Amino acid sequence: MKSEFAVEFHDIVKIFPTPEGGQVNAVDHVSININHGEFFSLLGPSGCGKTTSLRLMAGFEWPTNGDVVIDGEKMGRKPPYLRPVNTVFQSYALFQHMTVFQNVAFGLEMEKVPKEEINRRVNEALEMVKLPGMGKRKPKQLSGGQQQRIALARALVKRPEVLLLDEPLGALDLKLRKEMQLELKALQEQVGITFIYVTHDQEEALTMSNRIAVMNRGKALQIGSSVEIYERPNCRFVADFIGETNFLSGTVKAIEKDRVRVEVTSPRQEITGIGIGNLSVGQAVAISIRPEKVHLVDDDGSEAMDQNKKENQLKGRVTATAYIGSDTRVVLELGTGVRMKVWEQNAISTLDPEAYYSVGDAVRIIVPFENTLVMPEDIG
Amino acid sequence: MISEQASESIKRKFSLSRSLRENPITQGLFLISPANIYLFIFIVLPLILVAGLSFLSRGTYGQVEFRFDITNYTRLFDPLYGKILLFSLGVGLGTTVICLVVGYPLAYFLAHAPAKQRSLLLFLILLPFWTNFIIRIFAWMIILRSGGVLDSLLQWLHITQAPLNLLYSPTAVMIGMVYEYLPFVVLPLYTSLEKIENSLLEAASDLGAPPWKAFLRVTLPLSVPGMIAGTILTFIPSMGMFVVPDILGGAKTILIGNVIRNQFLTARDWPFGSAASMILMLLTMIFTLYYTRKAGFGEELLV
Repeated sequence: MKSEFAVEFHDIVKIFPTPEGGQVNAVDHVSININHGEFFSLLGPSGCGKTTSLRLMAGFEWPTNGDVVIDGEKMGRKPPYLRPVNTVFQSYALFQHMTVFQNVAFGLEMEKVPKEEINRRVNEALEMVKLPGMGKRKPKQLSGGQQQRIALARALVKRPEVLLLDEPLGALDLKLRKEMQLELKALQEQVGITFIYVTHDQEEALTMSNRIAVMNRGKALQIGSSVEIYERPNCRFVADFIGETNFLSGTVKAIEKDRVRVEVTSPRQEITGIGIGNLSVGQAVAISIRPEKVHLVDDDGSEAMDQNKKENQLKGRVTATAYIGSDTRVVLELGTGVRMKVWEQNAISTLDPEAYYSVGDAVRIIVPFENTLVMPEDIG
Repeated sequence: MISEQASESIKRKFSLSRSLRENPITQGLFLISPANIYLFIFIVLPLILVAGLSFLSRGTYGQVEFRFDITNYTRLFDPLYGKILLFSLGVGLGTTVICLVVGYPLAYFLAHAPAKQRSLLLFLILLPFWTNFIIRIFAWMIILRSGGVLDSLLQWLHITQAPLNLLYSPTAVMIGMVYEYLPFVVLPLYTSLEKIENSLLEAASDLGAPPWKAFLRVTLPLSVPGMIAGTILTFIPSMGMFVVPDILGGAKTILIGNVIRNQFLTARDWPFGSAASMILMLLTMIFTLYYTRKAGFGEELLV
């Protein structure tokens, strides 16, 4: 009988002493439920607590407070060698004094699996990571990508309940990393094991994960699917960390059903958008506008006209442009130092310079209400 | 005519030296010549002198006579010397093994001490070297002699009743030797152990190895280079040691080192002393080579 979740974090706190004699909350009241068979990513900048969270699951650290539950069983202070999880280390941590075969067989030997079965399973695992026949080599004789695969085979051969991966692709070059991302995802679907994946690369997390927890300063700010965290970030940090965006600051003026009207400080005007989270009138908020979710029209100098009340309009002047093929990246000045990035898709094929914006053009920025996200400045 | 010949020979000489300069082998030899000169003066030359001396004979008054003599070597096959040689081998091996057994936990502890304390601890290990070696061995006389520091302590703790009479016994020699060579085992072992990344032990634990198994399968094999270095640094010099047996062993414990020293300083039989040195060197070399092969020295160094 399987438990409800593969891994649960119940209000986990992990405090480390700092060298200066102080304390730091590496993980700060985090609660997460990770489903069986899920590809779950812990995403955040360095020092956000994602690796510590992973180490708490592996058993290399014990929580100061709260419970780590794996497959329905409270872990308490169980050491790593008694936990049904295996780890792929960032540095691979391969045993250099053993052959590839011995490395992969190590975990099975510890379980006292019979010799013939070890042989069979190790060879299967090496085939699975596409390195058959490499068993006799030493890890040092393999490339970085191959070592990565050995580390993966060594952990997977144990058929763990949960596989923990600590930035496993961090040391690989970009091309290899992209390849391995797809392979890892395919492998995870093939073996059906829960993968918990630590990364600081948002693109990596977005491509591979079923769900992502965005972490900062020890807190899990938002947990959701790729679409959810990109399209509905719940605070300024998440919106900023995932993809690119523009921010305007202001205070809530009125809340009407799902629409929120905000008095923006600079430029001084009213903007309407979708409210995220519990907002109240008078609250300081951030407005996030993604550069690809707006479009520009030439400013003819007339007053803003928005008869159907569906979109915000801002005025600006082009200060820089960069043509990058699929779109043109335009930087606008909204007045009083506020800048905005806009990506104009080059939908029409033309050589006419008039068709593209150039520095100095006065433009009107059209942002539909549903593309304007109003969120708390800070949560947690 | 003469001048033409001269210029010809100069030209030839010049071209020869140029070809020498351009030849990669001579170039390489030239570049390493400082090291070669050093090795020649301090290692090859003394060795040739000793080897040459070992085939000469002793004059009536202890001078060296230039007369070929092989008996220096045949005399060594006397069971008396054979016994001493075997005993020395035993003491050398014993010293090495005890140093490894005692030194390993110490090195392990050092390597895992907090970084702040580590340099202090290392300093403490090296501190004895600030005092002359002979003085330190004399200090052991005070500790080991009947009714000395050790005896008093043990009797005060009611562990022993009578004096142990340790001084001037093979045990005293072993204690002195282990004391002397312990740092030479601890330091290379420490270097080896300290290099082992913690993530490797975490990986072992992650894969299901309890701490003692992780130690046997990961830490121990990865510290082999340190063990080999420590063994060589201990075993080779301990085979030729004569100060410790002299001071702590009295006349009862004689090692091959004492025999050699006596030939040079007391018996004034330099050729025989040289022959004994050559045999000792040969034995040590064979032993060390065999040992390093067995322990997979070359392969481990690659790691």
